[in-house]
Amino acid sequence: MAAQLQFRDVTLGYDRHPAVHHLSGEVASGALLAVVGPNGAGKSTLFRGIVGILKPLAGSILRGKRDLRDIAYLPQSAEIDRSFPISVFDFTGSGLWRATGAFGALGRSGRAKIVDALAAVGLNGFENRPIGTLSGGQMQRMLFARVLLQDAAVIVLDEPFNAIDAKTSADLLALVRRWHEEKRTVLAALHDMDLVRANFPQTLLLARGEVAWGATTQVLTSDNLARARQMCEAFDDGAAACAAHLPPRAA
Amino acid sequence: MVYDWLVAPFADFEFMRRALAASIALALGAAPIGVFLMLRRMSLVGDAMAHAILPGAAIGFLLSGLNLFAMTAGGLIAGFAVAILAGVVSRVTELKEDASLATFYLASLALGVTIVSVKGTNIDLLHVLFGNILAMDNQTLIVIAINATVTLVVLAVIYRPLVIECVDPLFLRTVSRAGAPAHLAFLALVVINLVNGFHALGTLLAVGLMVLPAAIARFWARDITGMMMVAVVSAMLSGYAGLVLSFHSKVPSGPAVILVATALYVMSVLFGSVGGMLRQLFPAPHLEA
Repeated sequence: MAAQLQFRDVTLGYDRHPAVHHLSGEVASGALLAVVGPNGAGKSTLFRGIVGILKPLAGSILRGKRDLRDIAYLPQSAEIDRSFPISVFDFTGSGLWRATGAFGALGRSGRAKIVDALAAVGLNGFENRPIGTLSGGQMQRMLFARVLLQDAAVIVLDEPFNAIDAKTSADLLALVRRWHEEKRTVLAALHDMDLVRANFPQTLLLARGEVAWGATTQVLTSDNLARARQMCEAFDDGAAACAAHLPPRAA
Repeated sequence: MVYDWLVAPFADFEFMRRALAASIALALGAAPIGVFLMLRRMSLVGDAMAHAILPGAAIGFLLSGLNLFAMTAGGLIAGFAVAILAGVVSRVTELKEDASLATFYLASLALGVTIVSVKGTNIDLLHVLFGNILAMDNQTLIVIAINATVTLVVLAVIYRPLVIECVDPLFLRTVSRAGAPAHLAFLALVVINLVNGFHALGTLLAVGLMVLPAAIARFWARDITGMMMVAVVSAMLSGYAGLVLSFHSKVPSGPAVILVATALYVMSVLFGSVGGMLRQLFPAPHLEA
Protein backbone atom coordinates (compact mmCIF):
# COMPACT_ATOMS: atom_id res chain seq x y z
CA MET A 1 0.00 0.00 0.00
CA ALA A 2 1.27 3.45 -0.84
CA ALA A 3 2.40 5.68 1.99
CA GLN A 4 -0.02 8.47 2.71
CA LEU A 5 2.26 10.36 5.08
CA GLN A 6 5.99 10.09 5.48
CA PHE A 7 7.99 11.47 8.36
CA ARG A 8 11.60 11.96 7.44
CA ASP A 9 13.62 12.49 10.58
CA VAL A 10 11.19 15.23 11.47
CA THR A 11 11.64 17.43 14.52
CA LEU A 12 8.78 19.68 15.56
CA GLY A 13 8.70 22.13 18.39
CA TYR A 14 8.41 25.63 19.66
CA ASP A 15 11.15 28.24 19.97
CA ARG A 16 13.81 25.73 18.91
CA HIS A 17 12.79 23.36 21.72
CA PRO A 18 11.73 20.06 20.22
CA ALA A 19 8.43 18.49 21.23
CA VAL A 20 8.69 15.72 18.66
CA HIS A 21 12.28 14.71 18.22
CA HIS A 22 13.67 12.97 15.11
CA LEU A 23 10.64 10.95 14.12
CA SER A 24 10.83 8.78 11.03
CA GLY A 25 8.29 6.44 9.56
CA GLU A 26 5.28 6.29 7.33
CA VAL A 27 1.55 5.97 7.54
CA ALA A 28 0.06 3.73 4.88
CA SER A 29 -2.93 4.81 2.89
CA GLY A 30 -6.11 3.66 4.60
CA ALA A 31 -4.42 3.06 7.94
CA LEU A 32 -6.27 3.43 11.21
CA LEU A 33 -3.54 4.59 13.54
CA ALA A 34 -3.77 5.46 17.22
CA VAL A 35 -1.16 7.85 18.55
CA VAL A 36 -0.69 7.34 22.28
CA GLY A 37 1.72 8.65 24.85
CA PRO A 38 1.80 10.64 28.09
CA ASN A 39 0.87 14.31 28.24
CA GLY A 40 3.61 16.33 26.66
CA ALA A 41 4.68 13.44 24.46
CA GLY A 42 4.23 15.53 21.35
CA LYS A 43 0.99 14.07 19.98
CA SER A 44 -0.70 17.38 19.35
CA THR A 45 2.52 18.86 18.04
CA LEU A 46 2.89 16.03 15.57
CA PHE A 47 -0.66 16.60 14.35
CA ARG A 48 -0.06 20.31 13.97
CA GLY A 49 2.92 19.43 11.85
CA ILE A 50 0.89 17.03 9.73
CA VAL A 51 -1.78 19.61 8.93
CA GLY A 52 0.84 22.22 8.15
CA ILE A 53 0.11 24.68 10.94
CA LEU A 54 3.53 24.09 12.45
CA LYS A 55 6.63 24.09 10.28
CA PRO A 56 9.19 21.42 11.18
CA LEU A 57 12.34 22.63 12.94
CA ALA A 58 14.23 19.99 10.98
CA GLY A 59 13.45 17.10 8.67
CA SER A 60 10.24 16.99 6.69
CA ILE A 61 6.75 15.57 6.47
CA LEU A 62 5.82 14.35 3.00
CA ARG A 63 2.19 14.26 2.09
CA GLY A 64 2.60 12.84 -1.40
CA LYS A 65 0.81 14.91 -4.00
CA ARG A 66 -1.95 15.63 -1.57
CA ASP A 67 -3.31 19.11 -1.08
CA LEU A 68 -3.16 20.25 2.55
CA ARG A 69 -6.88 20.72 2.31
CA ASP A 70 -7.29 17.01 1.81
CA ILE A 71 -6.39 16.57 5.47
CA ALA A 72 -9.22 17.18 7.90
CA TYR A 73 -8.07 18.22 11.35
CA LEU A 74 -10.03 18.11 14.56
CA PRO A 75 -7.98 19.98 17.15
CA GLN A 76 -8.00 19.17 20.83
CA SER A 77 -9.32 22.20 22.59
CA ALA A 78 -10.46 23.86 19.45
CA GLU A 79 -9.75 27.54 19.53
CA ILE A 80 -13.40 28.09 18.81
CA ASP A 81 -15.01 31.29 20.00
CA ARG A 82 -18.21 29.75 21.26
CA SER A 83 -19.77 33.12 22.02
CA PHE A 84 -19.69 34.01 18.33
CA PRO A 85 -23.23 34.32 16.98
CA ILE A 86 -23.17 31.63 14.33
CA SER A 87 -25.66 28.80 13.92
CA VAL A 88 -24.81 25.11 14.05
CA PHE A 89 -25.83 24.87 10.39
CA ASP A 90 -23.53 27.66 9.21
CA PHE A 91 -20.64 26.50 11.35
CA THR A 92 -20.86 22.93 10.12
CA GLY A 93 -21.23 24.24 6.59
CA SER A 94 -17.70 25.62 6.75
CA GLY A 95 -16.65 21.99 6.28
CA LEU A 96 -17.66 22.39 2.64
CA TRP A 97 -15.00 25.07 2.19
CA ARG A 98 -13.08 23.03 -0.34
CA ALA A 99 -16.16 22.88 -2.56
CA THR A 100 -17.46 26.39 -1.99
CA GLY A 101 -14.30 28.39 -1.34
CA ALA A 102 -14.71 31.88 0.01
CA PHE A 103 -17.58 32.82 -2.30
CA GLY A 104 -19.26 29.78 -3.75
CA ALA A 105 -22.89 29.22 -2.90
CA LEU A 106 -23.86 26.15 -0.93
CA GLY A 107 -26.64 25.25 -3.31
CA ARG A 108 -29.36 22.76 -2.62
CA SER A 109 -27.00 19.77 -2.59
CA GLY A 110 -24.66 21.53 -0.18
CA ARG A 111 -27.53 22.25 2.18
CA ALA A 112 -28.69 18.67 1.97
CA LYS A 113 -25.16 17.48 2.75
CA ILE A 114 -25.01 19.63 5.86
CA VAL A 115 -28.37 18.36 7.08
CA ASP A 116 -27.24 14.78 6.44
CA ALA A 117 -23.95 15.27 8.25
CA LEU A 118 -25.72 16.72 11.28
CA ALA A 119 -28.14 13.80 11.22
CA ALA A 120 -25.23 11.37 11.02
CA VAL A 121 -23.84 12.70 14.30
CA GLY A 122 -27.25 12.81 15.94
CA LEU A 123 -27.74 16.56 15.88
CA ASN A 124 -30.87 16.76 13.76
CA GLY A 125 -33.03 19.64 14.83
CA PHE A 126 -30.06 21.65 16.07
CA GLU A 127 -29.51 23.47 12.77
CA ASN A 128 -30.61 26.91 13.94
CA ARG A 129 -29.15 26.80 17.42
CA PRO A 130 -26.25 29.17 18.13
CA ILE A 131 -23.10 27.13 18.75
CA GLY A 132 -22.76 28.67 22.21
CA THR A 133 -25.79 26.72 23.41
CA LEU A 134 -24.30 23.28 22.71
CA SER A 135 -23.02 21.01 25.46
CA GLY A 136 -19.47 19.66 25.32
CA GLY A 137 -20.61 16.40 23.78
CA GLN A 138 -22.85 18.12 21.23
CA MET A 139 -19.99 20.43 20.33
CA GLN A 140 -17.78 17.43 19.61
CA ARG A 141 -20.55 15.86 17.54
CA MET A 142 -20.80 19.05 15.52
CA LEU A 143 -17.04 19.10 14.93
CA PHE A 144 -17.27 15.50 13.71
CA ALA A 145 -20.04 16.57 11.34
CA ARG A 146 -17.73 19.19 9.91
CA VAL A 147 -14.98 16.62 9.44
CA LEU A 148 -17.56 14.46 7.63
CA LEU A 149 -18.30 17.29 5.23
CA GLN A 150 -14.65 17.92 4.56
CA ASP A 151 -14.63 14.57 2.81
CA ALA A 152 -10.86 14.34 3.27
CA ALA A 153 -8.58 11.41 2.45
CA VAL A 154 -6.66 11.91 5.69
CA ILE A 155 -8.40 12.60 8.98
CA VAL A 156 -6.47 13.72 12.04
CA LEU A 157 -8.32 13.64 15.37
CA ASP A 158 -6.63 15.10 18.43
CA GLU A 159 -8.01 13.45 21.58
CA PRO A 160 -11.50 13.30 20.12
CA PHE A 161 -13.05 11.47 23.07
CA ASN A 162 -11.75 13.57 25.94
CA ALA A 163 -14.42 14.62 28.43
CA ILE A 164 -17.03 12.88 26.29
CA ASP A 165 -19.52 10.42 27.78
CA ALA A 166 -19.70 6.75 26.79
CA LYS A 167 -22.72 7.10 24.52
CA THR A 168 -21.24 9.97 22.55
CA SER A 169 -17.85 8.26 22.29
CA ALA A 170 -19.52 5.13 20.97
CA ASP A 171 -21.46 7.11 18.35
CA LEU A 172 -18.40 9.01 17.24
CA LEU A 173 -16.26 5.88 17.23
CA ALA A 174 -18.74 4.35 14.81
CA LEU A 175 -18.01 7.27 12.48
CA VAL A 176 -14.29 6.61 12.79
CA ARG A 177 -14.89 2.98 11.81
CA ARG A 178 -16.98 4.10 8.86
CA TRP A 179 -14.15 6.35 7.70
CA HIS A 180 -11.80 3.39 7.98
CA GLU A 181 -14.14 1.26 5.85
CA GLU A 182 -14.21 4.06 3.29
CA LYS A 183 -10.40 3.62 2.99
CA ARG A 184 -9.64 6.96 4.49
CA THR A 185 -6.47 7.31 6.55
CA VAL A 186 -7.34 8.10 10.15
CA LEU A 187 -4.93 9.18 12.89
CA ALA A 188 -6.24 9.73 16.40
CA ALA A 189 -4.48 10.77 19.58
CA LEU A 190 -5.97 8.78 22.43
CA HIS A 191 -5.50 8.03 26.12
CA ASP A 192 -7.90 5.12 26.62
CA MET A 193 -5.77 2.03 25.99
CA ASP A 194 -8.75 -0.34 26.06
CA LEU A 195 -10.42 1.71 23.35
CA VAL A 196 -7.23 1.64 21.31
CA ARG A 197 -6.80 -2.13 21.67
CA ALA A 198 -10.42 -2.73 20.69
CA ASN A 199 -10.60 -0.44 17.68
CA PHE A 200 -7.22 0.56 16.29
CA PRO A 201 -5.15 -2.03 14.45
CA GLN A 202 -2.02 0.13 14.51
CA THR A 203 -0.46 2.29 17.18
CA LEU A 204 2.37 4.77 17.46
CA LEU A 205 3.61 5.10 21.02
CA LEU A 206 5.15 8.51 21.22
CA ALA A 207 7.32 10.06 23.90
CA ARG A 208 8.94 12.96 22.07
CA GLY A 209 10.50 10.30 19.88
CA GLU A 210 9.07 7.02 18.76
CA VAL A 211 8.97 4.40 21.53
CA ALA A 212 7.25 1.80 19.42
CA TRP A 213 5.27 1.82 16.21
CA GLY A 214 3.40 -1.09 14.66
CA ALA A 215 0.59 -3.50 15.36
CA THR A 216 -1.28 -2.36 18.45
CA THR A 217 -0.83 -5.61 20.38
CA GLN A 218 2.92 -5.44 19.99
CA VAL A 219 3.18 -1.76 20.77
CA LEU A 220 1.05 -1.52 23.90
CA THR A 221 3.10 -3.83 26.10
CA SER A 222 3.63 -2.91 29.73
CA ASP A 223 7.32 -2.68 29.02
CA ASN A 224 6.87 -0.10 26.27
CA LEU A 225 4.33 1.88 28.26
CA ALA A 226 6.70 2.05 31.22
CA ARG A 227 9.44 3.34 28.96
CA ALA A 228 7.14 6.01 27.57
CA ARG A 229 6.22 7.12 31.05
CA GLN A 230 9.85 7.74 31.89
CA MET A 231 10.14 10.15 29.03
CA CYS A 232 11.75 13.35 30.04
CA GLU A 233 9.52 16.37 29.68
CA ALA A 234 12.60 18.52 29.79
CA PHE A 235 12.32 21.97 28.30
CA ASP A 236 15.78 23.10 29.23
CA ASP A 237 16.58 26.70 28.36
CA GLY A 238 20.25 25.90 28.52
CA ALA A 239 20.01 22.84 26.28
CA ALA A 240 22.73 22.59 23.72
CA ALA A 241 21.92 22.40 20.04
CA CYS A 242 21.01 18.88 19.08
CA ALA A 243 23.73 16.89 17.35
CA ALA A 244 21.66 15.84 14.40
CA HIS A 245 21.56 12.08 14.53
CA LEU A 246 21.57 11.16 18.17
CA PRO A 247 18.76 8.75 18.94
CA PRO A 248 15.83 10.62 20.49
CA ARG A 249 15.96 9.07 23.96
CA ALA A 250 19.53 10.21 24.47
CA ALA A 251 18.72 13.85 23.86
CA MET B 1 -46.03 70.53 14.47
CA VAL B 2 -44.56 67.10 13.96
CA TYR B 3 -43.60 68.18 10.48
CA ASP B 4 -41.94 71.31 11.80
CA TRP B 5 -39.87 69.28 14.21
CA LEU B 6 -38.94 66.24 12.24
CA VAL B 7 -39.06 67.11 8.55
CA ALA B 8 -38.83 70.85 8.13
CA PRO B 9 -35.16 71.17 9.15
CA PHE B 10 -34.24 68.93 6.25
CA ALA B 11 -36.79 70.35 3.82
CA ASP B 12 -35.73 73.91 4.47
CA PHE B 13 -31.98 73.71 4.79
CA GLU B 14 -29.56 72.14 2.37
CA PHE B 15 -26.79 71.77 4.95
CA MET B 16 -29.14 69.59 7.01
CA ARG B 17 -29.88 67.40 4.00
CA ARG B 18 -26.18 66.98 3.35
CA ALA B 19 -25.56 66.14 6.99
CA LEU B 20 -28.32 63.54 6.85
CA ALA B 21 -26.90 62.01 3.67
CA ALA B 22 -23.46 61.90 5.28
CA SER B 23 -24.69 60.21 8.43
CA ILE B 24 -26.64 57.61 6.43
CA ALA B 25 -23.56 56.80 4.34
CA LEU B 26 -21.45 56.65 7.49
CA ALA B 27 -23.92 54.32 9.14
CA LEU B 28 -23.94 51.93 6.18
CA GLY B 29 -20.18 51.49 6.27
CA ALA B 30 -19.24 51.88 9.90
CA ALA B 31 -21.95 49.87 11.65
CA PRO B 32 -21.18 46.46 10.09
CA ILE B 33 -17.47 47.04 10.69
CA GLY B 34 -18.30 47.86 14.29
CA VAL B 35 -20.15 44.56 14.67
CA PHE B 36 -17.05 42.65 13.62
CA LEU B 37 -14.86 44.79 15.90
CA MET B 38 -17.12 43.92 18.79
CA LEU B 39 -17.22 40.21 17.98
CA ARG B 40 -13.43 40.13 17.79
CA ARG B 41 -13.25 42.02 21.09
CA MET B 42 -11.49 44.84 19.30
CA SER B 43 -13.83 47.73 20.12
CA LEU B 44 -11.16 49.59 22.04
CA VAL B 45 -8.65 48.91 19.30
CA GLY B 46 -10.99 50.84 17.01
CA ASP B 47 -11.00 53.69 19.49
CA ALA B 48 -7.21 53.72 19.69
CA MET B 49 -6.90 53.68 15.91
CA ALA B 50 -9.32 56.60 15.66
CA HIS B 51 -6.98 58.76 17.68
CA ALA B 52 -3.98 57.46 15.80
CA ILE B 53 -5.39 58.95 12.61
CA LEU B 54 -5.09 62.46 13.98
CA PRO B 55 -1.42 63.31 13.38
CA GLY B 56 -1.68 62.17 9.76
CA ALA B 57 -4.72 64.29 9.17
CA ALA B 58 -3.02 67.11 11.05
CA ILE B 59 0.07 66.94 8.85
CA GLY B 60 -2.23 67.05 5.84
CA PHE B 61 -3.82 70.10 7.41
CA LEU B 62 -0.41 71.63 8.05
CA LEU B 63 0.62 71.19 4.43
CA SER B 64 -2.53 72.32 2.72
CA GLY B 65 -5.02 73.71 5.22
CA LEU B 66 -8.48 72.20 5.54
CA ASN B 67 -7.99 70.29 2.31
CA LEU B 68 -10.10 67.19 2.14
CA PHE B 69 -7.79 64.93 0.18
CA ALA B 70 -4.62 65.85 2.03
CA MET B 71 -6.31 65.16 5.35
CA THR B 72 -7.86 61.92 4.13
CA ALA B 73 -4.57 60.63 2.75
CA GLY B 74 -2.71 61.69 5.88
CA GLY B 75 -5.26 59.96 8.08
CA LEU B 76 -5.13 56.75 6.07
CA ILE B 77 -1.34 56.65 6.14
CA ALA B 78 -1.15 57.36 9.88
CA GLY B 79 -3.87 54.80 10.63
CA PHE B 80 -2.14 52.04 8.72
CA ALA B 81 1.26 52.96 10.13
CA VAL B 82 0.05 52.75 13.71
CA ALA B 83 -1.84 49.52 13.11
CA ILE B 84 1.25 47.91 11.59
CA LEU B 85 3.73 49.36 14.08
CA ALA B 86 1.65 48.28 17.07
CA GLY B 87 1.44 44.81 15.58
CA VAL B 88 5.19 44.70 15.04
CA VAL B 89 6.02 45.94 18.54
CA SER B 90 3.78 43.36 20.17
CA ARG B 91 5.25 40.55 18.07
CA VAL B 92 8.88 41.51 18.50
CA THR B 93 8.78 42.54 22.16
CA GLU B 94 7.03 41.36 25.29
CA LEU B 95 4.53 44.23 25.23
CA LYS B 96 0.98 43.08 24.49
CA GLU B 97 -0.85 44.52 21.51
CA ASP B 98 -3.34 46.54 23.58
CA ALA B 99 -0.60 48.22 25.58
CA SER B 100 1.46 49.07 22.51
CA LEU B 101 -1.64 50.42 20.74
CA ALA B 102 -2.45 52.58 23.75
CA THR B 103 1.09 53.95 23.68
CA PHE B 104 0.89 54.75 20.00
CA TYR B 105 -2.46 56.43 20.11
CA LEU B 106 -1.63 58.61 23.10
CA ALA B 107 1.51 59.75 21.33
CA SER B 108 -0.48 60.30 18.13
CA LEU B 109 -3.19 62.30 19.83
CA ALA B 110 -0.68 64.56 21.57
CA LEU B 111 1.30 65.00 18.37
CA GLY B 112 -1.80 65.73 16.31
CA VAL B 113 -3.20 68.33 18.68
CA THR B 114 0.21 69.99 18.83
CA ILE B 115 0.52 70.17 15.05
CA VAL B 116 -2.96 71.63 14.57
CA SER B 117 -2.49 74.17 17.38
CA VAL B 118 0.81 75.38 16.02
CA LYS B 119 -0.53 76.05 12.56
CA GLY B 120 -4.23 76.69 13.00
CA THR B 121 -6.73 78.39 15.25
CA ASN B 122 -8.83 76.99 18.05
CA ILE B 123 -11.70 76.66 15.58
CA ASP B 124 -9.54 74.39 13.44
CA LEU B 125 -8.69 72.34 16.49
CA LEU B 126 -12.35 71.96 17.39
CA HIS B 127 -13.08 70.96 13.82
CA VAL B 128 -10.41 68.28 13.93
CA LEU B 129 -11.40 66.97 17.34
CA PHE B 130 -15.16 66.97 16.90
CA GLY B 131 -15.67 67.19 13.15
CA ASN B 132 -18.33 69.29 11.53
CA ILE B 133 -21.12 67.29 10.08
CA LEU B 134 -23.10 70.45 9.30
CA ALA B 135 -20.45 71.72 6.90
CA MET B 136 -20.37 68.89 4.36
CA ASP B 137 -19.31 70.15 0.97
CA ASN B 138 -19.82 68.11 -2.18
CA GLN B 139 -16.32 66.69 -2.14
CA THR B 140 -16.51 65.46 1.43
CA LEU B 141 -19.90 63.95 0.82
CA ILE B 142 -18.62 62.09 -2.22
CA VAL B 143 -15.55 60.81 -0.37
CA ILE B 144 -17.74 59.53 2.45
CA ALA B 145 -20.10 57.86 -0.01
CA ILE B 146 -17.24 56.23 -1.92
CA ASN B 147 -15.64 54.98 1.29
CA ALA B 148 -18.93 53.50 2.45
CA THR B 149 -19.44 51.79 -0.91
CA VAL B 150 -15.91 50.38 -0.91
CA THR B 151 -16.48 49.13 2.63
CA LEU B 152 -19.63 47.24 1.74
CA VAL B 153 -18.12 45.69 -1.38
CA VAL B 154 -14.90 44.59 0.35
CA LEU B 155 -16.83 43.32 3.34
CA ALA B 156 -18.94 41.19 1.03
CA VAL B 157 -15.79 39.80 -0.56
CA ILE B 158 -14.03 38.89 2.70
CA TYR B 159 -17.18 38.02 4.65
CA ARG B 160 -16.87 34.25 4.78
CA PRO B 161 -13.15 34.04 5.66
CA LEU B 162 -13.64 36.84 8.18
CA VAL B 163 -16.48 35.06 9.96
CA ILE B 164 -14.63 31.75 10.06
CA GLU B 165 -11.49 33.51 11.22
CA CYS B 166 -13.44 34.94 14.14
CA VAL B 167 -15.04 31.64 15.14
CA ASP B 168 -12.35 29.09 14.41
CA PRO B 169 -9.07 30.55 13.16
CA LEU B 170 -7.26 27.22 13.38
CA PHE B 171 -9.75 25.59 11.04
CA LEU B 172 -9.48 28.39 8.53
CA ARG B 173 -5.72 27.94 8.47
CA THR B 174 -6.13 24.29 7.55
CA VAL B 175 -8.49 24.95 4.64
CA SER B 176 -7.46 28.30 3.24
CA ARG B 177 -4.81 30.96 3.15
CA ALA B 178 -7.45 33.67 3.07
CA GLY B 179 -7.29 34.28 6.83
CA ALA B 180 -4.42 36.74 6.99
CA PRO B 181 -5.42 38.75 3.89
CA ALA B 182 -8.99 38.93 5.17
CA HIS B 183 -7.77 40.19 8.53
CA LEU B 184 -5.60 42.83 6.88
CA ALA B 185 -8.41 43.92 4.58
CA PHE B 186 -10.64 44.19 7.62
CA LEU B 187 -8.12 46.42 9.42
CA ALA B 188 -7.94 48.56 6.28
CA LEU B 189 -11.73 48.90 6.35
CA VAL B 190 -11.56 49.96 9.99
CA VAL B 191 -9.10 52.69 9.10
CA ILE B 192 -11.11 53.83 6.06
CA ASN B 193 -14.28 54.12 8.11
CA LEU B 194 -12.50 55.94 10.88
CA VAL B 195 -11.27 58.48 8.36
CA ASN B 196 -14.85 58.70 7.15
CA GLY B 197 -16.11 59.31 10.64
CA PHE B 198 -13.28 61.76 11.21
CA HIS B 199 -14.67 64.14 8.60
CA ALA B 200 -18.11 64.12 10.15
CA LEU B 201 -17.58 63.55 13.84
CA GLY B 202 -13.92 64.39 14.44
CA THR B 203 -11.16 62.27 15.82
CA LEU B 204 -12.64 61.84 19.29
CA LEU B 205 -16.07 60.64 18.20
CA ALA B 206 -15.28 59.01 14.86
CA VAL B 207 -15.42 55.57 16.38
CA GLY B 208 -18.81 56.31 17.94
CA LEU B 209 -20.95 55.29 14.98
CA MET B 210 -18.91 52.10 14.81
CA VAL B 211 -18.88 50.87 18.38
CA LEU B 212 -22.18 52.10 19.83
CA PRO B 213 -24.51 50.65 17.15
CA ALA B 214 -22.70 47.32 17.43
CA ALA B 215 -23.15 47.29 21.19
CA ILE B 216 -26.83 48.15 20.69
CA ALA B 217 -27.23 45.34 18.17
CA ARG B 218 -25.88 42.76 20.61
CA PHE B 219 -29.01 43.27 22.72
CA TRP B 220 -31.49 42.74 19.89
CA ALA B 221 -30.15 40.07 17.57
CA ARG B 222 -28.75 36.57 18.01
CA ASP B 223 -27.10 36.04 14.66
CA ILE B 224 -24.55 38.14 12.89
CA THR B 225 -26.77 39.13 9.96
CA GLY B 226 -29.41 40.41 12.32
CA MET B 227 -26.79 42.25 14.33
CA MET B 228 -25.52 44.09 11.29
CA MET B 229 -29.05 45.09 10.31
CA VAL B 230 -29.86 46.38 13.77
CA ALA B 231 -26.51 48.18 13.94
CA VAL B 232 -27.02 49.94 10.60
CA VAL B 233 -30.58 50.97 11.47
CA SER B 234 -29.64 52.25 14.90
CA ALA B 235 -26.67 54.16 13.46
CA MET B 236 -28.96 55.81 10.89
CA LEU B 237 -31.54 56.57 13.54
CA SER B 238 -28.85 58.11 15.77
CA GLY B 239 -27.67 60.23 12.87
CA TYR B 240 -31.14 61.48 12.05
CA ALA B 241 -32.32 62.05 15.63
CA GLY B 242 -29.00 63.63 16.56
CA LEU B 243 -29.30 66.13 13.75
CA VAL B 244 -32.88 66.98 14.72
CA LEU B 245 -31.81 67.37 18.33
CA SER B 246 -28.92 69.66 17.52
CA PHE B 247 -31.11 71.70 15.13
CA HIS B 248 -33.63 72.45 17.85
CA SER B 249 -31.19 72.92 20.70
CA LYS B 250 -27.73 74.19 21.37
CA VAL B 251 -26.17 70.73 21.44
CA PRO B 252 -23.40 70.57 18.83
CA SER B 253 -24.27 68.14 16.05
CA GLY B 254 -21.50 65.53 16.39
CA PRO B 255 -21.95 65.00 20.12
CA ALA B 256 -25.74 65.06 19.60
CA VAL B 257 -25.50 62.09 17.24
CA ILE B 258 -23.37 60.14 19.69
CA LEU B 259 -25.60 61.10 22.63
CA VAL B 260 -28.65 59.75 20.82
CA ALA B 261 -26.74 56.54 20.11
CA THR B 262 -25.85 56.39 23.79
CA ALA B 263 -29.49 56.81 24.76
CA LEU B 264 -30.39 53.94 22.41
CA TYR B 265 -27.64 51.90 24.01
CA VAL B 266 -28.95 52.51 27.52
CA MET B 267 -32.45 51.55 26.39
CA SER B 268 -31.06 48.41 24.82
CA VAL B 269 -29.21 47.42 27.98
CA LEU B 270 -32.43 47.82 29.92
CA PHE B 271 -35.01 46.49 27.51
CA GLY B 272 -33.05 44.50 24.92
CA SER B 273 -34.70 41.23 23.90
CA VAL B 274 -31.39 39.34 23.98
CA GLY B 275 -29.99 39.47 27.50
CA GLY B 276 -31.35 42.89 28.39
CA MET B 277 -31.70 43.60 32.12
CA LEU B 278 -35.49 43.56 32.15
CA ARG B 279 -35.43 40.15 30.46
CA GLN B 280 -33.07 38.86 33.08
CA LEU B 281 -35.19 40.17 35.95
CA PHE B 282 -38.44 38.84 34.50
CA PRO B 283 -37.45 35.85 32.41
CA ALA B 284 -40.05 34.12 30.27
CA PRO B 285 -41.07 30.72 31.67
CA HIS B 286 -38.74 27.94 30.62
CA LEU B 287 -39.76 25.38 28.04
CA GLU B 288 -40.33 21.65 28.26
CA ALA B 289 -37.31 20.77 26.11
